[in-house]
Amino acid sequence: MSVETWTYLIVGITFAAYIYIGYASRVRETAGFYVAGRGVPAIANGAATAADWMSAASFISMAGLISSMGYDGAVYLMGWTGGYVLLALLLAPYLRKYGKYTVPDFIGDRYYSHTARAVAAIATIFISLTYVAGQMRGVGIVFSRFLQVDIATGVIIGVAVVAFFAVLGGMKGITWTQVAQYSVLIIAYLIPAIAIANVLTGNPIPQLAFTFSDLVSRLNQIQVDLGFTEYTKPFQGKPMIDILAITLALMVGTAGLPHVIIRFYTVPDVRSARYSAGWALLFIALLYTTAPALAAFARYNLISTLNGKTLEEVRQIEWVAKWEKTKLLAFVDKDGDGKVTIAPGRAFTLKGGRPDFNTPDEKSKNEVHLDNDIIVLSTPEVARLAPFVIALVAAGGLAAALSTAAGLLLAMSSAISHDIYYRIFRPNATEAQRLLAGRIVILLAVILAGYFGVNPPGFVAQVVAFAFGLAAASLFPAILLGIFDKRMNREGAIAGILVGLIFTAVMIGMMRAPQIFGAPAPVIPNLFGISAEGVGVIGMILNFIVAYVVSRATPPPPEHIQHLVEEIRVPRGAGQAAEH
Amino acid sequence: MEKATEYWKANTSLIRNLLLIWALVSYVFGILLVEPLNGIRLGGVPLGFWFAQQGSIYVFVVLIFYYAWRMDQLDRHYGVHE
Repeated sequence: MSVETWTYLIVGITFAAYIYIGYASRVRETAGFYVAGRGVPAIANGAATAADWMSAASFISMAGLISSMGYDGAVYLMGWTGGYVLLALLLAPYLRKYGKYTVPDFIGDRYYSHTARAVAAIATIFISLTYVAGQMRGVGIVFSRFLQVDIATGVIIGVAVVAFFAVLGGMKGITWTQVAQYSVLIIAYLIPAIAIANVLTGNPIPQLAFTFSDLVSRLNQIQVDLGFTEYTKPFQGKPMIDILAITLALMVGTAGLPHVIIRFYTVPDVRSARYSAGWALLFIALLYTTAPALAAFARYNLISTLNGKTLEEVRQIEWVAKWEKTKLLAFVDKDGDGKVTIAPGRAFTLKGGRPDFNTPDEKSKNEVHLDNDIIVLSTPEVARLAPFVIALVAAGGLAAALSTAAGLLLAMSSAISHDIYYRIFRPNATEAQRLLAGRIVILLAVILAGYFGVNPPGFVAQVVAFAFGLAAASLFPAILLGIFDKRMNREGAIAGILVGLIFTAVMIGMMRAPQIFGAPAPVIPNLFGISAEGVGVIGMILNFIVAYVVSRATPPPPEHIQHLVEEIRVPRGAGQAAEH
Repeated sequence: MEKATEYWKANTSLIRNLLLIWALVSYVFGILLVEPLNGIRLGGVPLGFWFAQQGSIYVFVVLIFYYAWRMDQLDRHYGVHE
């Protein structure tokens, strides 16, 4: 069977499974819709959280990004895993004890203020929206690359599948499809990685092959020979201060992302919340410790396969010919010697952030353009795996995109239908009305996400920094102080959130002015060496300081709030807390 | 009430110790001291690089499970388990 037939078959089977699971876990009450009836076992919630968390970008692009960044790629590896330690130790157990359904629920109740609730709800919607558009785009791209379906059709198919299980099953449907999606994506990621580790080093376990073979030393040597710096040499792309700030911003941002936090409301008790954070990180770590190995293997393999060969020779390699057609791989013979040269710098000049294949970049001797996505996508062919593995990678990319999209859509729609509609405007709404509102809003959100997937606003890729920066500067400090500082009051928390949000938004806006507003140059390139991706850390620190100072200058929170804080600090009674 | 305060103190000091390890493996070994540590090799890779791209993640996983396990003991000791 051809790769294409296999892809239709495997994608078809997995989609049918997601739809079946969504149908089997359809719900009739709001607790099922928002928090899966709090009946999800710790290990299943761990798998669902891992799928929720790992997006199309983690699956398809991250290894390629690390491959081109070398050591500096560690910001993503540590940043997107270390946040789970903060989540498990500082937030998840207490939020689970508190009960309820959403992040704005906690912030609104703890700070006895609808203003705080509304600000948290708006932050949730904004953070989730910037993120979800990219997922739908990812779905379209996988369809177009593997099945030659156009991007719009691919997005519509993806939207229809997500809409089905999210509208019908709410959190419960999403949870169990995410468990299935995790299984698909991790198998699809590991098989090619194991195969290429085995081919290049003779050791099939990527993490061990990466650490104990001499492949990384050989890669360092090749890089030096070609005029690059060593692959493992730190701070080549970013200064140390920026690496520190980005890593911290990503960690804290991860812990403050609403769609991740709400997953911990779905487990039966506080103990399960702690363990499921552990399971989640274990499942994530399987992919996140494989990615840097894959990055180094693929880079070594691509350089040693392509460099110095004649163009005719490399074009006879099957996967080179295939990926050259998709423009993920492109050649230009700058010096006219008929041979491929790999060197630092760009093969082509950039136009609007994309390479312009008609204008070679004459400042560099480099003759090969490698898109980051090719590292993961081409590995099965490079390692000469059977066509069904290539099909599996397509299904894995789709699983990663759909599971993340579903989680984000639920977080976004619960902020609208639960926090804004029910808690603020219609506190007398009946159970049936609330459930209907939830379903309508999630359907609208899916359609909106689909629209953005087909017509991506140009700034989306540039403002992912926003999602993490804003979560780090607004939600994380407010939740943390709400648990650990009994004296924190309404005035302090709201002032802190506003200062953190506004500062971070303004800073990212100024640093990314060309991408967001089309300005000719950034207003300021960085703050003390910290770039847009890391500036949320400064916003977070300002939030903490302002919240502390303002809260100490204003009256303490009322008696019943102080009692609530004491209450959430002990695990006993989490089952009952869920009832009201 | 006395007991609840003691339980909270035990919990927060456990959290503090674990977060110190969290910061040590990532920010100190993986970033601040990466250059001197790269002078040492683990298998085929420089040690600082290994902490940044592998080791810190393993430690994170262990920290969370250790915390969950220790809190099980504390919960039972102070009688606040479910």
